[in-house]
Amino acid sequence: MSLEAQKPAPAPLDRADVRVRHEAGIGGTIRAFSDRVRSGDLGSLPVVVGLVIIWTVFASINPIFLSSSNLVNLLFDCSTVGVIALGIVCVLMVGEIDLSVGSISGFASALVGSLWVNQGWPVALAILAAVAVGGSIGALYALLFNRLGMPSFVSTLAGLLAVLGLQLYILGSTGSINLPYGSNLVNFGQLLVMPKWVSFGLAAVPGIVMLVTGLRTVARRRAANLSAPSSGGLITRAVAITLVLEVIVFYLNQARGIPWMFGLFVGLAIAMHYALTRTKWGRSMSAVGGNREAARRAGINVGLIYSSAFVLCSMLAAFGGVLSAARLASASQQAGTGDVNLNAIAAAVIGGTSLFGGRGSAYSALLGIIVIQSIASGLTLLDLSSSLRYMITGAVLAIAVIVDSLARRSRVSHGRA
Amino acid sequence: MIDTPAVPTGELVLSLRGVSKNFGAVSALTDIDLDVHAGEVVALVGDNGAGKSTLVKILAGVHQPSSGAISFQGKQVVLADPSAALTLGIATVFQDLALCENLDIVANIFLGRELNPLRLDEVAMEVRAWTLLNELSARIPSVREVVASLSGGQRQTVAIARSLLLEPKLILLDEPTAALGVAQTAEVLNLIERVRDRGLGVVIISHNMEDVRAVADRIVVLRLGRNNGIFTPDASNQELVSAITGASNNSVSRRAERRQARPDHTQEPHS
Repeated sequence: MSLEAQKPAPAPLDRADVRVRHEAGIGGTIRAFSDRVRSGDLGSLPVVVGLVIIWTVFASINPIFLSSSNLVNLLFDCSTVGVIALGIVCVLMVGEIDLSVGSISGFASALVGSLWVNQGWPVALAILAAVAVGGSIGALYALLFNRLGMPSFVSTLAGLLAVLGLQLYILGSTGSINLPYGSNLVNFGQLLVMPKWVSFGLAAVPGIVMLVTGLRTVARRRAANLSAPSSGGLITRAVAITLVLEVIVFYLNQARGIPWMFGLFVGLAIAMHYALTRTKWGRSMSAVGGNREAARRAGINVGLIYSSAFVLCSMLAAFGGVLSAARLASASQQAGTGDVNLNAIAAAVIGGTSLFGGRGSAYSALLGIIVIQSIASGLTLLDLSSSLRYMITGAVLAIAVIVDSLARRSRVSHGRA
Repeated sequence: MIDTPAVPTGELVLSLRGVSKNFGAVSALTDIDLDVHAGEVVALVGDNGAGKSTLVKILAGVHQPSSGAISFQGKQVVLADPSAALTLGIATVFQDLALCENLDIVANIFLGRELNPLRLDEVAMEVRAWTLLNELSARIPSVREVVASLSGGQRQTVAIARSLLLEPKLILLDEPTAALGVAQTAEVLNLIERVRDRGLGVVIISHNMEDVRAVADRIVVLRLGRNNGIFTPDASNQELVSAITGASNNSVSRRAERRQARPDHTQEPHS
């Protein structure tokens, strides 16, 4: 009788295999993390390390770099290219690329300038039209890809030139259209920041959501006889995240505060993250990026998934272009040219989205663009010429791709690719 | 034919009558008849180009027959596309398995059939995945592991578990042991027997006579796109090989004779 009572409770469904070591506790979490990193599953580690290095270097050269007012400016600048990078994450997930996002963003800004300022359309309608036109360019790429089998690398390279031509055509001989100062759009791009209480409130939301959904999942897993993480760890993580976010918000509130535009960008990133990880569409995106034929045989409409990726990417590129027009208060021939394309792609890759398809996260756009803009901002503070800026940004992109390739090789050799 | 196997007792799941398939001038299949009963393993054997894979693709809905009738559970059916076959209850495990290496086991099993599309129900999917794998007595350490980290046998198990998800009546396995080692092959054969014991009809394609004999209840031989005999697993190797190659004097039998003629090979010849 007493022996029976001492028998341990039946092992959870997913802990029945005795051969597998299951890490528990804080030491176990650290060990599991280092195992993962060593096998090439880097996640967002490179970007965090990179950010620390970059910030340390720039802050030691020029202390203004880490001042709250400079960081607020940084957030304004992040938002425009960051939204474009979100779209890049989409096409990279399915293993394709869009090289024309810069041109599309410039074209969209020209379109908004022309329709709103020159033709007198309501601003909301002009923005909607620009995003819709951007989406139709993506639909064209999808058509070329699905029907004609044209590699996206080539079709979007052609699009880069063609759409740039459209942008120049719309802007005409004057070459630029100024957006009126004091209008809502320009204020949104340059001035509008959250009231302090709103920013503190929003910074508390992630921790609360994490705690509530986490506890619900723990309860459901326990009920289903699956192993579940401890509630203690969950609470610790939620509290830690809330603290970090509140400190950041407090620091930024010393200057102007959190830009609404950055809030919009983060909101889009969160929505994208949810769509990529928690919906059937997101699962299908990863499947198509990982093994197209397997996805097709599983009954996924592969063409539709590719189309959704291209269209979403172009729409986000167009929307990013509208935001950058608002930021600069003008739509010019220079908009979307130069390094916008590569910055957007670099942001996604630096943040940890693989160029080889099937691996990525919406947050990589958020983290990656902060790295890219930190470099740009730091070099501007040092008063370096744009020639040096291009070289350094190019080198950082090269390093990011090298890290991605090495990590992939390591994953293959550790059986995790 | 050479043998007349006892008629299996299970319900007739699949029945093909006079199925032909032409690719232009080539007749890949001519007048094929095939019956599969519930709780029965039917092995489909034949040389390269005998039409085995074409037949499986017709049953999976990938190709459509040029003529002939397919009836499933007594009703005449048309398999217009892969999803039509899936909804009827015909699941196929393709030779290359068609798994996404970057996704974990749960995601692969539920690929294209996720529960709750707008808010994936991971807990329910994980429980169902464990249930399926446990029914197959699979040795999988964790269903949250990506498929890339699994061995060949484990992948085969995942592919079979996936085919069981929709509770099919018939499973088609195309060369399930072709890429596997000795131990993994045995695992897959055990798996096939467990699937049969659940009352499903199983069609297995294999070039490996040893495996075929080990699990099949009936062996259907195709040759040049035509039926060329139905055998029981205790049919002799000679009979099977001559049905497959179409001659009693073939390279396999000549080789066997040579080996038998040698003084140090007095025992039963291997194929």
